[in-house]
Amino acid sequence: MGAKQFGARVQRLEDPALLTGRGRFVDDMRLPGALHACFVRSPHAHARVGTIDASAALALPGVHAVLTAEDLPASMRDARIPMMLPVAGNPSLRTQHCLARGEVNYVGQAIAVVVADNRYVAEDAASLVMVDYDVLPAASDAREAIAPGAPLVHSDLPGNVALVVPTSYGDVDAAFAKAAHVFDEEVWAHRGGGMAMETRAVLASYEPLTDMLTVWSSTQTPHLGRRTLADMFARNLESIRMIAPDVGGGFGPKAPFYAEEAVIPAAAMKLGRPVTWFEDRREHFMCAIQERDQYWKVAVAVDADGKLLGFRGTMLHDTGAFAPWGIVMPYIAQVTVPGPYVMPAYSLEVTVALTNKVPTAPVRGAGRPQAVFIMERLMDRIARELRLDRVELRRRNMIRPEQMPYEIPMIFRDGKPIVYHGSDFPKSQARAVALSGYETFRERQAKALAEGRYIGLGLGNYVEGTGLGPFEGVTVRVLTNGKVAVATGATNQGQGTRTTLSQIVADQVGCRIEDIVMTIADTAAISQGVGGFASRQAVNAGSSALIAGGAVRKQIIALAARALSVPDADIELEDGEAIARTGNKPKLSFAELARLAQGVPGSAFVEGQGPGLEHTTYFTPPQASYCNGTHVAEVEVDPFTGGVTFLNYVVAHDSGVVINPLIVDGQVQGGVAHGIGNALLEWMRYDENAQPQTTSFAEYLLPGATDVPTCVIEHVETPNPLNPIGVKGAGEGGAIPAPAAIVAAIEDALSPFGVHFAEMPLTPDRIVQALRAASAYEKLEFV
Amino acid sequence: MSTHTVRVTVNGKAHERTVEGRLTLGDFLRHEIGLTGTHFGCEHGVCGACTVLIDGRSARACLTFAVQANGREVTTIEGLAHADGSLNALQQAFHEHHGLQCGFCTPGMLITLTELLRDNPDPSEAEVRDVLTGNLCRCTGYAGIVAAALAAAKKLRQGA
Amino acid sequence: MKPAPFDYHAPTSLDEAIGLVSSLDNAKLLAGGQSLVAMMNFRFVIPDHLIDLNGVSALAGISVAGETLRIGAMTRQRDLEFSSDIVKHCPLMREALRHVGHRQTRNRGTIGGSLAHADPSAELPLVCAAHDAVIEIAGARGTRRVPFAEFGQGFMTTAVGLDEILTAVELPLWPAGHGFGFHEFARRHGDFAIVGAAALLALGKDKVVTRASVTLCGVATAPLRMGDAEAKLTGRPLARAAIRAAAATARTIEPITDIHATADYRRHLAEVLMARALADAGRRAGVTLEGGA
Repeated sequence: MGAKQFGARVQRLEDPALLTGRGRFVDDMRLPGALHACFVRSPHAHARVGTIDASAALALPGVHAVLTAEDLPASMRDARIPMMLPVAGNPSLRTQHCLARGEVNYVGQAIAVVVADNRYVAEDAASLVMVDYDVLPAASDAREAIAPGAPLVHSDLPGNVALVVPTSYGDVDAAFAKAAHVFDEEVWAHRGGGMAMETRAVLASYEPLTDMLTVWSSTQTPHLGRRTLADMFARNLESIRMIAPDVGGGFGPKAPFYAEEAVIPAAAMKLGRPVTWFEDRREHFMCAIQERDQYWKVAVAVDADGKLLGFRGTMLHDTGAFAPWGIVMPYIAQVTVPGPYVMPAYSLEVTVALTNKVPTAPVRGAGRPQAVFIMERLMDRIARELRLDRVELRRRNMIRPEQMPYEIPMIFRDGKPIVYHGSDFPKSQARAVALSGYETFRERQAKALAEGRYIGLGLGNYVEGTGLGPFEGVTVRVLTNGKVAVATGATNQGQGTRTTLSQIVADQVGCRIEDIVMTIADTAAISQGVGGFASRQAVNAGSSALIAGGAVRKQIIALAARALSVPDADIELEDGEAIARTGNKPKLSFAELARLAQGVPGSAFVEGQGPGLEHTTYFTPPQASYCNGTHVAEVEVDPFTGGVTFLNYVVAHDSGVVINPLIVDGQVQGGVAHGIGNALLEWMRYDENAQPQTTSFAEYLLPGATDVPTCVIEHVETPNPLNPIGVKGAGEGGAIPAPAAIVAAIEDALSPFGVHFAEMPLTPDRIVQALRAASAYEKLEFV
Repeated sequence: MSTHTVRVTVNGKAHERTVEGRLTLGDFLRHEIGLTGTHFGCEHGVCGACTVLIDGRSARACLTFAVQANGREVTTIEGLAHADGSLNALQQAFHEHHGLQCGFCTPGMLITLTELLRDNPDPSEAEVRDVLTGNLCRCTGYAGIVAAALAAAKKLRQGA
Repeated sequence: MKPAPFDYHAPTSLDEAIGLVSSLDNAKLLAGGQSLVAMMNFRFVIPDHLIDLNGVSALAGISVAGETLRIGAMTRQRDLEFSSDIVKHCPLMREALRHVGHRQTRNRGTIGGSLAHADPSAELPLVCAAHDAVIEIAGARGTRRVPFAEFGQGFMTTAVGLDEILTAVELPLWPAGHGFGFHEFARRHGDFAIVGAAALLALGKDKVVTRASVTLCGVATAPLRMGDAEAKLTGRPLARAAIRAAAATARTIEPITDIHATADYRRHLAEVLMARALADAGRRAGVTLEGGA
């Protein structure tokens, strides 16, 4: 059997429905009798909530209910939403209640929900709900929040420092003491939101005949959602079903459980009618988790040849008012800094600060873009100060392939030490550099400068821990109509899960890809599931698909061999048929075999036969799989306006073996677009009262079609020994080093002026400000 | 609050409904007519996911009231495929060039490009990107969409 | 984000529209809707009545009479973009339209709507200011004409009264062959300008500037005519030094700082873009500037 589908640019199975307007996103679903919800949200960043007067709202025709915390089932009312990565014993790291109890801590926090005939009326009613607020002082900027005398983010907590986490290894003091050179850097790293095109949405329906609560949610984690609802409703797991149908983008913010995912089902159960909620974009800006500010103050020590000796510093991380994903994001940033480089000693102390703003949690890249930004800015600094080539300096410091497996003495967020397997960092860098025309760039740059044009090149390397556990399962089952049913806890928000898993199963089982019927993201289809985040599904669900498919393959062969009276080795599987290689090539279809596998009622199976042609595998990875890559960005900067345009963008991407290059290219390209947004455009702004200032797409800028170049992408496939398909995660790599490479390129373009940049996003305003401070405009003529 | 009778042709089929003045065209399509292919990504006229054709011109269905479509012809994503249900050249090109990932912005992309290719059958890449700035995508980074648009333009010029 | 309830009215004549806007309280006029409906969806604007002008066909149209270009308020931006009259008689507007929103918004958006909305960063008001346009406003008491310099009354407030309708804009034409330049800087293509600059130049013998119009948007509540810049150019041959000096008058303006840009940056951009617009205008008027940058 040759692998026909695996590794091929298979066009996506998801496309035809989406291309013809037959997608089924949550808000596309119509249940008879469904009512529509609108939340009443706090307009204040910090306030005590007194009486809630819903009488005017309830008097409006078409309004069915206004629910507050008091109207929720006790187990839900008193519960806080789960923390995805719990931090034991720290009362400052908490999550919110489903509906506010007494105090609200960020603008947009849900206080009540209106249920009405349609969203128009629901919004009318929501504006009539009178809430008695006692406004409290709010802490907005993370730096000010941890200063003495700052307003308390939570009035029942002693302060706004949620946690201080030091991480270190090696002898940092000795490293700095003996260093030939020490370079300091202060960096402001800001990332914004995931900003999927589809906002959040929840549809809930309770069927009393079967005592089944069904919830459709635009989520990345339906199994987590179901478990949470079982706790909150104090119901059996089996009486709740959560489904993520078509989801219009995830990128992280749809992974944690949200209050709305509990309140909408509660409304449905209370009112005895389906209830639906489609978040609007302004709500999304206020309430969907985002990333935000980190302030880094660091130093690096090197020897006379630019070899890294040690790194030390502090980082302040803004977690917002709550921590729905624990401290995973600052933690990932903390342990990602060394990346592909040999770093003999390392120390970073992270302070997690509370602020009265919406919580932060992983968004595509999950803290790594900031870590890579820091490290790559430092590498450029070292190169510049020591007059070394930037590429050579990095190569000199890189962990070499002969050193694999390579352990970095820190624990990753998977609870295991960081061990790189089989990566070839120098190769990725060499490939990207070669494709970018780096060798001749200085010549081109000089020529451009003579024409009054400022072009620059920047690069960035990254390592990313992907394929996180604990598992993702796949069931493969041959149906009596000949189709091959596949069920998985894996989900899809655009990454083509259905297609990649079908490719694997089709090859294993020997059926046509179009004969696979797959159920994804449905808790009724498979009992255990985790979901889509941390670039984990191809590794885990892909491996499960391979193993389960392989097991079913064996079952089909054994059954066909028995039925056709030939040895197993004489059976071939092709396009849904088992064909004996000998004689006149008798064959049996999968449909016939599936029927045989059911047995005859009352009779016994022959020895070795089991019921059905079916297998379930939950692949559990031993640790994270570390993928890597190198980006080289080439830009032109208009020194008069600070405007930046892309001339070229090269990516060497190593996510191990590639299942579908079409899809992986798409992930890289999409990730780079996100990275461009982070580098140049995206900035979640809050004022000093923690009021959000960017609450629409007019204020928060996403990259458009004229902002994103088509990347040159090369796949460097170093097979991953940690799973049977050799795959590493591919979803986030495009976003991770992009800001580092882009800001480096801008700095390189403006090197005639000697300006230095250590911030993201780097806006035209800031570029001009830096140039002015460097007296650039005294040397330039505006016309 | 006024209600009005709206008679509008959508994808060649006539519909008549009585609606509130404030019902947007997007909600009319999605909830009154049951055509959920047109998506709301922002409801303030920036993302373009709700783009439809009104009398052949692209327009944002979130910034148009249903009453304004009275007497007009509206084309949505559901009206693009061939009569036998097969993908048209543009849709097929999106499929071949990975011009969509989550599919949420896709209706707007297809409508915008349908108008472009009708009016400008041989656009440059710059012209394609220029017209696409009215449609945001968070998944694809636009490369597949641009490639699909140019490929479809070529195919259509060849008479596909 | 659904709008609050309102009564919808669809007049088919200007008289009918005037009757409605004069008699209804808390009424808004609906033109292209690309700004208004967004604000209504946010509930930043909550009218009790919406008077849809899209059915008043008399309000749309482009015509040239003598030295005046007359554009009906309901003329779509898209129609302006493809109008041969505009290309021929008002190339500045044609140039500016490339930066106005996106194709979908230009299909519906109107020039009247843009002028009445009066966003400080908008391109069409900038063009009208540069041309010393005259705004025609109709109401129950008749029609009046307001020079553009008097049209702006504050932040997003114009001379159009609550019971009036902006019906047309008239642009005095510049002579054939005049130089025009338009430059804006926006964060992304199609966004509102952070700052925009428009330049019109009429040149006589020996490259002497006989008339100059230099205008900025994005730096004040209404488009700002840079009289000092115009004075530095008029009456002398167009040369780089004169352009630089004219552009440098931007250093005296006092724009605001908001989330899109600081005052310093706007002031800087104003100088840069004025210089570029003037250079383009000079080039289009047939002048090759001496020396190199």
